[in-house]
Amino acid sequence: MKNLFVTAGLAGYIGLTSFLVYSFPRSVSAFLLFEASLLFIYYAPVAHAAKLSFAAIVLIVLMPLLGSIEGYYLEVAVQIGIFAALALGLNIVVGFVGLLNLGFVAFYAIGAYLWAIFGSHQANAFIPGGYFPLAPGWFFVFLPLAVAVGAGTGVLLGLPVLRLRGDYLAIVTLGFAEVVRALVNNLDKPVNLTNGPRGITPIERPPLFFQPLLEFLGFHPDPAAVYPVYFYFLVLTLLLIIIFVTRRLENSPIGRAWKAVREDEIAAVAMGIPVVRMKLLAFAVGASFAAAIGVLFAAKQGFINPESFTFMESIGVLAMVILGGMGSIPGAILGATIVTILNLQLLKGLSLWLNALRQSGTILAIPLLGNFDLSQIPAQFEPAKYERMVFGLILILMMIFRPQGFLPPRQGGSTELTTGGSTKLTTGGEK
Amino acid sequence: MDFSAGIFLQVLVDGIVLGFMYALIALGYTMVYGVLEFINFAHSEIFVIGAFVGAEILLGLESSGALAVLPPALVVLALILAGMLVSGLAAVGLERAAYRPLRGAPRLVPLISAIGASFFLQDFVRLVESLWRNTFYLNYPTLDVLDVNLSLGGAVDVPLKSMLVIGTALAMLLCLYLFVNKTKLGTAIRAVAQDPDAAALMGIPVNRIISLTFFVGGAMGGAAGVLFGLHYSLINPYSGFGPGLKAFTAAVLGGIGNIPGAVLGGLVLGLMEAFAASYLAILTDGAFGAEYKDVFAFAVLIAILIFRPKGLLGEKVREDGA
Repeated sequence: MKNLFVTAGLAGYIGLTSFLVYSFPRSVSAFLLFEASLLFIYYAPVAHAAKLSFAAIVLIVLMPLLGSIEGYYLEVAVQIGIFAALALGLNIVVGFVGLLNLGFVAFYAIGAYLWAIFGSHQANAFIPGGYFPLAPGWFFVFLPLAVAVGAGTGVLLGLPVLRLRGDYLAIVTLGFAEVVRALVNNLDKPVNLTNGPRGITPIERPPLFFQPLLEFLGFHPDPAAVYPVYFYFLVLTLLLIIIFVTRRLENSPIGRAWKAVREDEIAAVAMGIPVVRMKLLAFAVGASFAAAIGVLFAAKQGFINPESFTFMESIGVLAMVILGGMGSIPGAILGATIVTILNLQLLKGLSLWLNALRQSGTILAIPLLGNFDLSQIPAQFEPAKYERMVFGLILILMMIFRPQGFLPPRQGGSTELTTGGSTKLTTGGEK
Repeated sequence: MDFSAGIFLQVLVDGIVLGFMYALIALGYTMVYGVLEFINFAHSEIFVIGAFVGAEILLGLESSGALAVLPPALVVLALILAGMLVSGLAAVGLERAAYRPLRGAPRLVPLISAIGASFFLQDFVRLVESLWRNTFYLNYPTLDVLDVNLSLGGAVDVPLKSMLVIGTALAMLLCLYLFVNKTKLGTAIRAVAQDPDAAALMGIPVNRIISLTFFVGGAMGGAAGVLFGLHYSLINPYSGFGPGLKAFTAAVLGGIGNIPGAVLGGLVLGLMEAFAASYLAILTDGAFGAEYKDVFAFAVLIAILIFRPKGLLGEKVREDGA
């Protein structure tokens, strides 16, 4: 009986929030409420099958429908999906194994450049014959290829550095990412591999392989309208695959070995766990996720340059993982959602609001402090540019007040990095 | 560009200037690592705060007309002292707010907090400057006397500002050496670095000594910031990232926790960078140029950590060592 109530409640909530988004296509709050339905589905005390069907309705039916009314939401959803995939990749390294990787964005860049170079005219610059850009169908070859290349670079980076202590490892991965960025930035000579800071454009988009089917069914949609929905489903598929792989890994002997390494490396060695191999595997898996999503990112943007792969991106993804809870799959997704929405909506919203205030020229009278002419707000003060401050505050506040994150992993609870209890944190630490 | 002796000497001087700059910043990393065994990632922002304090004072003096009247030596001295004071206090505040609540937590927890603090401070400086000046790219007003060239014989000209950096750095390093080795407070710092628990048992106020360490390290960083501004003129809130990372490399290169090591590491790295910037293009026939000097620095860092993680002069190992 209770289940029925909960199910009805969920259905009602989803219906209501979809209606809200439909009626107020410009409202951020409506969209947030709609997004929150996924969280409620995850926590609702209903059968697994019911959860799955609710999630399917929200993600497969409602989201694209609402997105076709207001394209911006689809864009936000795709961004969230990309960052969620990155956060899940980093979560394996930081959350499961407890290695701080500050250069995660390097693998993302490698994937993105892999497709960008061969999916555009760029490769003609160093491979004669004019074979490029490759046909759009190659996109689906490059996804697994990126997985392999990502895993390979992950192992290559991991091999020499994994013996280092945690904080040194962090700095080396940061250095590695900077080296990758510098290379991408400068390898427009002697041979033009990456086109340097100018970036690469246009990059082929994946093929509309379902076009004949749509036409057979009598639809003749405008490709411009199809692509956003198409990318949404591509990201969703990739994300689901990543979630599936991560979950399977987490509950496998490998996942348990990872957590054992995180909890106590010496004990793990004593139990016969091949620590270095396990760490390498984590590096490789995380890197391959990032590289695959990089391919998709390049195809979606149609333009990439080194600016998309800065240290700030790495820290943004880290902030997502930490906000949600290290070692927690739903946590990584929640973190990606919150941080993306903070950056995309809240900061931009503040900027727009300030601009409006500036243009209105209102004079604000504050008692005792005097009058402020709002048109005098400095033009350089743009809240939209303060992503770093957001990331920074998230990291500091989470570390001090809630190091286990908002959705800590359910079982296997106490972890060195994610322990909630302050007793463990104060006694378990090394001096 | 050629291999002439004149250019060689010029590059040498540039490298030494850069090296002392890195050395001053590296001291902040190495001292904090010495007492807390933790990488103060936000130290690069402490350095930037020093640079901004210097710029603000200079710009203030310029707009009030005092800059033309006051003796330049006095102005420079005041700038450096002000930069040191503000940066030192900022470092102490940073420790209080972002690190002390995490004392005793697992290693990576304060590191993550430090990265957060670094990002926060970058945008905080940007926020303050945007509201105050409506720009966050500041240009140090020129002090003409600093651009006077001293001839070192032959074709080598060394501007006074390079001498200023080297001289100030040497003076500060000497003071720091005397402070750490000859005073009671310095002894206390060394005691805490060696074994905080035993130091506490001996009646040393460990928390206050840690604050003091942050102050001294921050002050060195602040002085480096002012010198950086005077030497290279252009600063912005994000200027700290590159020098900070390289100074950390220098600290690791010399052996982290080791004060003479930081100086040696800074000089070695500065010289390598200067020579890479000038000669890489010649050596590779123009295929790779000065733009790879940063790659070079990171490659050194990675190589050192892999092959000799204790650094050139060896790491200060703690009694209860890990």
